[in-house]
Amino acid sequence: MNGAAALLKALERHGVTTVFGHPGGAIMPVYDALYDSPIRHVLVRHEQAGAHAADAYYRASGRVGVCFATSGPGATNLVTGLATAHMDSSALIAVTGNVPSALIGTDAFQEADVTGITLPITKHNYLVQHVDDIPMVVTEAFHIASTGRPGPVLIDIPKDVQQAEFTGTFDVEVDLPGYRPTLIGNARQIKRAANAIRDAQRPVMMVGGGGQSSPEAVMRFAEVTGIPVITTLMGIGAYPAGADQALGMPGMHGTVTANRAITHCDLIVGAGLRFDDRVTGKLSRFAPNATIVHIDVAPAEISKLVKAHVPVVGDLRDVLPRLTEQLGPLALDDWWAQLKEWKARYPERFKTDKPLVSQEVIQMLERATGGDCVVTTEVGQHQMFAARLFPTSKPRTWISSGGLGTMGFGLPAAIGAAFARPGETVVCVAGDGSIQMNIQELATIYKHQLPIVIAITNNGMLGMVRQWQEMFHAQRYSEVFLADSNPDFAKLAEAYGIEGHNVFDRETAARIIPEALAAKKPVLLNFVVYESEKVFPMIPAGAGVDEMIIGDQEPDEPEGEKAVTR
Amino acid sequence: MSATQAAQVLDVARNHVLSVTVRDRPGVLVRIAALFARRGFNIESLSVAQSETPGMSRTTFVVFGEDAAIEQLQKQLQKLIDVVKVIDHSEGPYVERELMLIKVAVRTPEDRVELRQIAQDFRARIIDVDRHALVFEVTGDEGKTDAFIEQMRSFGILELIRTGRVALPRSAGQRATDTATRAA
Repeated sequence: MNGAAALLKALERHGVTTVFGHPGGAIMPVYDALYDSPIRHVLVRHEQAGAHAADAYYRASGRVGVCFATSGPGATNLVTGLATAHMDSSALIAVTGNVPSALIGTDAFQEADVTGITLPITKHNYLVQHVDDIPMVVTEAFHIASTGRPGPVLIDIPKDVQQAEFTGTFDVEVDLPGYRPTLIGNARQIKRAANAIRDAQRPVMMVGGGGQSSPEAVMRFAEVTGIPVITTLMGIGAYPAGADQALGMPGMHGTVTANRAITHCDLIVGAGLRFDDRVTGKLSRFAPNATIVHIDVAPAEISKLVKAHVPVVGDLRDVLPRLTEQLGPLALDDWWAQLKEWKARYPERFKTDKPLVSQEVIQMLERATGGDCVVTTEVGQHQMFAARLFPTSKPRTWISSGGLGTMGFGLPAAIGAAFARPGETVVCVAGDGSIQMNIQELATIYKHQLPIVIAITNNGMLGMVRQWQEMFHAQRYSEVFLADSNPDFAKLAEAYGIEGHNVFDRETAARIIPEALAAKKPVLLNFVVYESEKVFPMIPAGAGVDEMIIGDQEPDEPEGEKAVTR
Repeated sequence: MSATQAAQVLDVARNHVLSVTVRDRPGVLVRIAALFARRGFNIESLSVAQSETPGMSRTTFVVFGEDAAIEQLQKQLQKLIDVVKVIDHSEGPYVERELMLIKVAVRTPEDRVELRQIAQDFRARIIDVDRHALVFEVTGDEGKTDAFIEQMRSFGILELIRTGRVALPRSAGQRATDTATRAA
């Protein structure tokens, strides 16, 4: 057995069944070994897509995603995928080939310092120098990627190490004295948290991506206390968006109710989130009256931006049940009366007297599926509309690039999700700009006949950039026009062998969406929508949560919140 | 005023001496240096050497910053897989030393006499003697080495090199390589 075969065997022993990748010179021994391996390899058409697919595979299943790439350009193409996974705490293992050991450092053909390049965007990385180290490196990589705060790990293997005869053992034990995540919360801190929560008059819970692995604990906490629940972009699905206690998404494009609740609350239970700037806005105006209880497995996230009054380091699966045990129903009638008034006053609203708009397309998708599907998104206006109008109801079914905001993520993510959750319908909500950043993956989708409905809300614009230029750059629309040179997306889909439809009106949209969802095969729907639609509410970058622009809502808004008309 | 701002008002920037115990792995210093750079910290001094535990090295960093920023830096350092323990010595009693080699010009016989006298006062050793120069070895805390440099200026400093500070906590109970107390 050579190193390449040992690698595949080690992956197999960690339960890997599916790998996303693209071959090349420096990783050919691994691809040769794949020929005899039970591991299924999904050939993507660009390494970036392989990384995104593996990332989404983890997000959709909780099982570590794996991707392969060759040295140099293959590995550098992974960079965006690794950075995306790193920001969103996704467990991903990337294996790259490298030039033979003797050539490393000589600027050899297709050589790049991959461990150097990926150092700040991986949780850890390895350059394997001895073939017999492979099982230990793979075991450590799985341990590091999937425990504590999950993250991507890269394993770089020179070609001669892949080819060398393996004489080691697979029975290895991890010994990492520098890596011992704190999973069990400190009892005294949990008690302090319980006391603070019991004393609160106007508490809210904010759930982030950490909630995806502990939905039952989140649900139980919410049920027992009756506390209102805000889910961040990464937390969608960790608590059902349709539940009575759900206030929706906070932050820059959050709901009026969630943002007002943050401003007026006297306590936040932050669970599995990192208080990203898109959530907090200007820090000095974030939750000015609130005691912050921050529960997270990553100590470095606690008091990094928002000072935690009661920090609890630990896994939500441990901390939340122990916290819930010490609590009973809270007396929140006045607080709920206020929240319900805001909820009733600010429902999701958009105008349908004009041409088709993105929001109604996305709402039709939500109604046709009941939110019972996997949603992946690209990045931009459609992403924010989807977060608000098409949030899924189950954990690990909402897959979107939050931290890095990676255009080009959604389509390959749909591939990863489709392999992770076979038999389930996957809807990829996209814009006409971002879909073109990994459009080549239509080939992968065609080949495997994945049940993915690709819904492009096509306004012929880079819509989010256009919105900022309209609002903050004196309507100087610089380099945002796509319409004059967009492809005919239906024909493009057909060129790849995928059913495609261009849709111009709401009647056709209403008919074709259920048909596409029922088809259980790839379908691309290109909805041509109103070009100047904006996402509201909006907190301008750097402004406070209380300075939210409510937009199309009724123009009698109080306290610093401004109303604008479009 | 938010809690964060309030904390910052009370927070004064000062030098912190950090002991970072790391596993001897290829690239471990690069990881630490990259982290300092990425998070916007300047390393005032740095020294690295084997510790008493085989396979572990102890690095000592002197870094300038507010307490809250240094706390965040410590947490970021602890995220590195090869970092076993981080101690901020500024939080408790500790001893520190620095080694300096300094080559000073000798122009006249009187200079030579005076230099020998100063060296005695500082308990510095002369480790090389030349017709036109002396090389001194000075060990001590940063204040002592700084003071010695000041004394030498009028003679003419030809070259100097400093190791950067190394530090250990004073109490027997806290060991810089003790992993049991490490949080996360």
